[in-house]
Amino acid sequence: MKIENAKYHALDGDNTKPNTSITCVIDGKLTSVPISEGNADCIEIMRQVAAGTLTIEDAD
Amino acid sequence: MALSTIGTNQIASGAVTVPKVADQVLSNRNIVINGAMNVSQRTGAAVADMGGSAGYINLDRFRYEASGTAGRFTTTQTAVSDLPGFLNCLHLDCTTADTSIAASEILALEHRIEGQNLQQLKKGTSSAESVTVSFYMKTNAAFVFMCVLNDFDNNRVNTQKFTTTTDWTRHSITFVGDTTGALGDDSGNSLSVSIYLHAGSNYTGGTYVANTWQSRAASDNMIAPGIGSFYSSTNNDVKLTGLQMEIGTSATPFEHEDFGTTLAKCQRYFFRFQSDTAYDAFAPAYWLVTTQVYAMYEFPVTMRDQPAMTVSSFTSGDWRIHSNGGDGNLGSLIINRCTPNNVQTFSDQSSNTGTAGYAGAIRNYGSTSPYIEFSAEL
Repeated sequence: MKIENAKYHALDGDNTKPNTSITCVIDGKLTSVPISEGNADCIEIMRQVAAGTLTIEDAD
Repeated sequence: MALSTIGTNQIASGAVTVPKVADQVLSNRNIVINGAMNVSQRTGAAVADMGGSAGYINLDRFRYEASGTAGRFTTTQTAVSDLPGFLNCLHLDCTTADTSIAASEILALEHRIEGQNLQQLKKGTSSAESVTVSFYMKTNAAFVFMCVLNDFDNNRVNTQKFTTTTDWTRHSITFVGDTTGALGDDSGNSLSVSIYLHAGSNYTGGTYVANTWQSRAASDNMIAPGIGSFYSSTNNDVKLTGLQMEIGTSATPFEHEDFGTTLAKCQRYFFRFQSDTAYDAFAPAYWLVTTQVYAMYEFPVTMRDQPAMTVSSFTSGDWRIHSNGGDGNLGSLIINRCTPNNVQTFSDQSSNTGTAGYAGAIRNYGSTSPYIEFSAEL
């Protein structure tokens, strides 16, 4: 799975609040991934982050 | 004894076996969802140049495990006209051959199942049940492929070869129960039934041991020893339908299901809002403040987990907030809050402001086939 341009979204667009999703491009498609331990895309994003092959930009 | 005198009391209980009655009275036997290949929310049309990466492509609940190969295929939901009772199949057509097979190459069809839907297997107990996997397959030539049960919770597999023919053939493969390794009673990916169509030595270098549960702890090289290769020629194609997995040591007739029931089961894992006309509305929305639009998407069934959201395309002007007598471009479309039942999206309207408190709708603008899809696949 090719994941690019990952960036956190904070609740209500307010970066003083918790991050709730990650916006990224997965296999060429713009995708919004919830931060959920059970979501397969989120699991893969975190696996790639742990492997050092993906970084996630902070929320605006 | 005259036939007219035979009643319930004259029939020995052991004489009525499951295969003789299952097609008439026993429902919910099939653990597989969409085994008749009828539901394809993403697309039923041909999708070309597949094989470079894994994922769900067309038919619901069927995933391709693919990597490392130059081989490519087109996958289609193809109409069936020569197998009575079935209308559709999953069709793979090899479009680029790969006869130089590197160690890490793989192509497999995979159907993943939640652990909470598998507790009847009693896996990991002394009462572990046998399961029988059955399916109809038709290929352009005879191939040896591998049918695999893969226990993700305990890293164990059970493998069995089968040989295809050029006619629709029903393959029935019984796997012994596994007294080791219980499956999680949760919504996670616990077990898959897979068909390996092509593999390199990382998967074929070991020894084939039929119908025996083995640990994958040291290697995957026992998964597919001795199989043929779907990528051996661009003449190759594979058609699959009627996939069923059930408790017991014999295959009962395929359990046909009405379309709506299968669709609802599929929507637990994937749901697409699909436009069929320009300007279709997708979700109710509102301006919270002048620079923010929020929208609510309700799902037809509770999804397996919080889903990821993908939009068909997002270039300037593709998506609009339809409100207050006009349309405004959406600046973004991002999950803000999410549950298995609904999603609230956030749109940054800093560059295209509106009036706080106005209601509206999220709609596409001028295109006939945009979609917003939600995936909680395993």
